[in-house]
Amino acid sequence: MDKIVGYGPILIGGMGVTLAVAFLSMALATLLGGVFATLSLRGSAVLRSVTTGYTTIARGVPDLVLMLLFFFGGERAINAVRAAFGLERISVSPFVIGVLTLGFIFGAFLAETFRGAYLSVPRGQVEAAQAIGLPSHRILSRIILPQMLGLALPGFTNTWLVLLKSTAIVSIVGLQDMVGLADKAGKATREPFVFMLAVILFFLALTAVSGHALHRLERRHRVGV
Amino acid sequence: MRIDLISENADLFVTGISMTLKLTVLSLAIGMVIALPVAVLRGMRLPVIDKVLRGYIFAFRGTPMLVQTYLIYYGLAQFEVVRDSVFWAVLKSPFNCALIAFSLNTAAYTAEILRGALEATPKGEIEAAEAIGLSPLQVLRRITIPGAFRRALPQYGNEVILMLHGSTVASVITIQDILGAGRTLNGKYYLAYEGLVTAALLYLALTFLIAAAFGLGGRKWLAHLRPAATR
Repeated sequence: MDKIVGYGPILIGGMGVTLAVAFLSMALATLLGGVFATLSLRGSAVLRSVTTGYTTIARGVPDLVLMLLFFFGGERAINAVRAAFGLERISVSPFVIGVLTLGFIFGAFLAETFRGAYLSVPRGQVEAAQAIGLPSHRILSRIILPQMLGLALPGFTNTWLVLLKSTAIVSIVGLQDMVGLADKAGKATREPFVFMLAVILFFLALTAVSGHALHRLERRHRVGV
Repeated sequence: MRIDLISENADLFVTGISMTLKLTVLSLAIGMVIALPVAVLRGMRLPVIDKVLRGYIFAFRGTPMLVQTYLIYYGLAQFEVVRDSVFWAVLKSPFNCALIAFSLNTAAYTAEILRGALEATPKGEIEAAEAIGLSPLQVLRRITIPGAFRRALPQYGNEVILMLHGSTVASVITIQDILGAGRTLNGKYYLAYEGLVTAALLYLALTFLIAAAFGLGGRKWLAHLRPAATR
């Protein structure tokens, strides 16, 4: 048990990596979710089918499979392009691949959330805004987006909590996040149980704290609804 | 893409598919056996038991299944007591460890789905059952639980798909499931795409099958919400 103290600073660094992966991929997922929600609501038939294809792959293929495919396939593809230009081989960063994969996957979930929230804003309000002569970008920023925020929050919270746990798989492509480091330390000290238990407590604390904060935000946004 | 290598090694994927299905189906079955009593007990709100069950559900839903699997597969072997006990025969196999971790994990999610469905039982159904003289246990067995299963169907379909996807964790502890087959193929010929793309397509196909099956089930059992007694 005392061995975990010696590994303390390293594990705290690993927590930082896990959090960085989680925040960056959530930011990317939010961006992708916004783009693809807009495409599925306003895009042409072709763009709408691109969106359907994206959501199908992102939600129908396991996260670990996609991550390994992005990692090994991405490296091969980049180096094929670089070889064509006479550049030497590089290896892709597991951090970047981790963020891209998780952003790609959870973007599809958020696209659905945002789309649902948009469609839940009563149509009459948009018509009323048009009737009093608001330009369409104002309708979006003053009428639709503020209400979407509250409507999308439960889905957003859910996606964040699932994404947080999914970050664990980045350790499989070699990133030294909390899980990867604890696995290594556990094997080195022959005390894997202690280190994995520490990881479990870390995730429980994260889930509890962020879940609590987001649910409070949800309650605030439900006022008056 | 070297399609020929994929077809030459088709047997790798056939064993992979059967391993993935075995793990997924067994975990879901064991998970359901655990989840139903947990859900019913949680509905009773018994003082101490409720706290324990909530703790169990929170712990398994709040942490990654990868870490849960590591804890059981690598973690438990740390203790000499475990290695010397009769359980070691079970726990030294990666398959059993994956099965234990997956079952406990899906049971926690399923228990919450079932609890929600049990609580959503219309009051009138229970009153009617009591009025015709059914005992509380009979109400549970013949009214509440069958109705809850039906209401839980769409959400449970999601959980089945999540379990299928989650079962890829098994490949990390050396089990040759679909993903394991894909990684073996890639390793054998130093490939980047073929094995993993095949695995991705197989998982996609299985996901569609599960979604279609639950869609059909929903059409049949959720068509009109008639009470279970008149079925």
